[in-house]
Amino acid sequence: MRMPMPDAAIIEHRADIVEALQRIVPGEGVIVSEAERRVYESDGLTAYRQLPLVVVLPSTVEQVAAVLRHCKGSGIKVVPRGAGTSLSGGALPLADGVLLGMAKFNRIVEIDYDNRCAVVQPGVTNLAITKAVEQAGFYYAPDPSSQIACTIGGNVAENSGGVHCLKYGLTTNNILGIEMVLMDGEVIRLGGKHLDAENYDLLGVMTGSEGLLGVVTEVTVRILPKPTAARALLVGFQTTEDAANCVAAVIAAGIIPAGMEMMDRPAIHAAEAFVKVGYPLDVDALIIVELDGPSAEVDYLIGKVEAIARDHNATTVRPSRDEPERLAFWSGRKAAFPAVGRISPDYYCMDGTIPRACLAEVLRRMQQLSDQYRLEIANVFHAGDGNLHPLILYDANRPEEVERAEAFGADILRLCVEVGGVLTGEHGVGVEKRDLMGTMFDESDLAHQQRLKCAFDPDGLLNPGKVFPQLHRCAELGRLHVHAGRMPFPDLPRF
Amino acid sequence: MSWFAPTDLGELRDAIGEALAVDEPLEVVAGGSKRGLGRPLQLPRTLDLSHLAGIRDYQPSELVLTAAAGTRIEEIDAVLAGAGQMLAFEPPDWGALFGQPSSVTSRRTLAGTLASNLSGPRRIKAGAARDHFLGFRGVSGRGEAFKAGGKVVKNVTGYDLCKLLAGSYGTLAALEEVTVKVQPKPEAVSTVLLCGLDAATAVRHLTRALGSPHEISGAVYIPASLTAGSASLSGLTSCAALRLEGPSPSVTFRREQLLFELGSDCEASSLEDEASIAFWRGIRDIQPLVEFGDRAIWRVSVAPARGAELGEAIGGSLDADWYLDWGGGLVWAAIADADDGGAAVIRAAIRGVDGRGTGHATLIKGPPELRRSIPVFEPQPPALAALAQRTKEAFDPRRILNPGRMVEGS
Repeated sequence: MRMPMPDAAIIEHRADIVEALQRIVPGEGVIVSEAERRVYESDGLTAYRQLPLVVVLPSTVEQVAAVLRHCKGSGIKVVPRGAGTSLSGGALPLADGVLLGMAKFNRIVEIDYDNRCAVVQPGVTNLAITKAVEQAGFYYAPDPSSQIACTIGGNVAENSGGVHCLKYGLTTNNILGIEMVLMDGEVIRLGGKHLDAENYDLLGVMTGSEGLLGVVTEVTVRILPKPTAARALLVGFQTTEDAANCVAAVIAAGIIPAGMEMMDRPAIHAAEAFVKVGYPLDVDALIIVELDGPSAEVDYLIGKVEAIARDHNATTVRPSRDEPERLAFWSGRKAAFPAVGRISPDYYCMDGTIPRACLAEVLRRMQQLSDQYRLEIANVFHAGDGNLHPLILYDANRPEEVERAEAFGADILRLCVEVGGVLTGEHGVGVEKRDLMGTMFDESDLAHQQRLKCAFDPDGLLNPGKVFPQLHRCAELGRLHVHAGRMPFPDLPRF
Repeated sequence: MSWFAPTDLGELRDAIGEALAVDEPLEVVAGGSKRGLGRPLQLPRTLDLSHLAGIRDYQPSELVLTAAAGTRIEEIDAVLAGAGQMLAFEPPDWGALFGQPSSVTSRRTLAGTLASNLSGPRRIKAGAARDHFLGFRGVSGRGEAFKAGGKVVKNVTGYDLCKLLAGSYGTLAALEEVTVKVQPKPEAVSTVLLCGLDAATAVRHLTRALGSPHEISGAVYIPASLTAGSASLSGLTSCAALRLEGPSPSVTFRREQLLFELGSDCEASSLEDEASIAFWRGIRDIQPLVEFGDRAIWRVSVAPARGAELGEAIGGSLDADWYLDWGGGLVWAAIADADDGGAAVIRAAIRGVDGRGTGHATLIKGPPELRRSIPVFEPQPPALAALAQRTKEAFDPRRILNPGRMVEGS
């Protein structure tokens, strides 16, 4: 992976930079030794590693602002990091960059049940928010599978999703406000406990901006009352076409399940071997449909979904009878990644979204690619919203296989775009999909995005080398080519 | 005054390119029903998006619809209804409030609705227009065509420019095509009315309901002075109303629960089916304030539990009528006889006694001289205003698109 050329002058002045950071964040907040920096050399995308120049762990907004102001003044790049669970390399360090870890911002500031929100620091984990409010009957809806470890600051940066986002939305639909620091050290508050923006929706822009626009120092999240009941339905099909048609029929019937997940045969077998929950092994596709709400609603909808499933040639239809059984149905799906990890030395998780109508075609063509690249593949799939997670099985100890896996993955993402989908549904672009951005966006599309970056960070110091395949200077991006004074479009309808 | 009405992306680009070349700013309109919103404009050119019309792709089971930007909301509503679906954010029709003939209000478009991020009472459950805006193609103030987002419901590829364009009132780019998320229409709807409550008690009831698992999709409080204006509420005193939507057995169950949990200290009743639908359409369209057409009309977003406090602060200092939507989080107020339309009082009330309250007030309707003399949108702290200005310049460096519509000199 090609990263921006390290600036030798910055690396040469490392000792001065460390000293300056130590003045801002005294004590143990600056990590200098190689052994300790090693912890930060990669995130959840472990294929890429880079030792950061230095790691700084501020614990106050003032320190964050001072660190950024200093770095801007000295032209030093900064890579923000939450828990480091990104699957797209969003927190991959730079050899000439300061890694800004937000782990010390780990306090829940306020829980406001009357306004159904919680104010938390960015280093609080996703699950900790739910844990803090569940005794009052509330929860925080987005539930990325890394929720035990990933932080809300990282969730904002990546606009994280999870299995429940078909019904409850992504991070962007579940936060009300943030406090953030710009690269020049300016502290800004967007939103609050109220809804919608007073002017441009910069909160919406910040969410999913992958750490390129600002550093989040506080988040106000919406919390929702927990549904009183939830039941799951396990449905097996002989063909993926039947499964895909069933998913479409559920939605066409006006039902938006809390979750609707699909697994293909290799994923079913790997998961069943791992957790032994009684998944049918004689099917090509398995879907888990979860309904939540009052019991009266859940039971009614389970019945409707069951009928739709039978109409679509389901060979297994099992509604959960109690809470342990519902959790058992999910345990296989939730363990799908580690289960695949047991049958293969390594796996590479992809994240494209497609129009669901193309599912059967995409699965067929992925199988062809699998043959072509001589690498096995297992599929888990957020079926309700069309978000695919193909897992490519490979062995990282064989460099040639790593290359094949990467090329296979890139082809899958190109395929997603070709059928009308997108490169990433929830994992982000990061470094992983950066060089594929051109398959989805043309030069003008990317230039408009990068000019927005210029409004926040004109020197391009915050998390450079992520998201955009090419770095441009803001002055160059800003140039406007106008044919002065001419009327070049005489044929335009005007009245 | 020249009027430009492009019929495709190329012509849209040409229209903006030409305006740039001669340095004549454009007022961007689609159906024109929201021209009275924002600071008044008097620009040499008008860019009319209404000829960019028609639904281009709609697959009900994908939950997305792609249409030309100027497609009318009426047409989209009809096509969606044919498949049992809807725009869940309830695009409002403010024609009656603005005293427009139906020929104008029927021209409401998807682009105009998204560009002003307007949402109805279901905002609290289903999200705002911005939450349903998935992708677009358009032309920025640089005269360059570009696109962002996608045509699928789940996508995090690149910056979420849909959020930026939602609520930007045409000041950054002119839309040519948009993709929105659509949702199934609920099978049943019912409204629980809790009447005879003062504002503070009513907001406490709304708060309890919204903190319950009953999935409330509308929560308003209408004081006694305004219930007469609602056909559904005539003859009743002040009322809190809670909307329940979903499968019939669920709606019935939740209605009975709510009546049991909240109905003991007030006059409790319910509205069913058509009566319920009509009631919420009235709320969506600001029906309670339509009779105050000559007043300054404000829309104030605050933390929901503060709704009664805000309403009473406004009513206590000004000649005002007001009601609450969004569980108290949205105060609608009609202000009579105030030089600044009530701006100073309302904006001070948002900050509250301790100065820590968050929120914003928008002057939705008022005479042009008022909309010129006070900030129509909530003024921002300097650092944030500067960032918003740099954002404007990134998309529209020559201030060619709706300059000054949101912020004076911007």
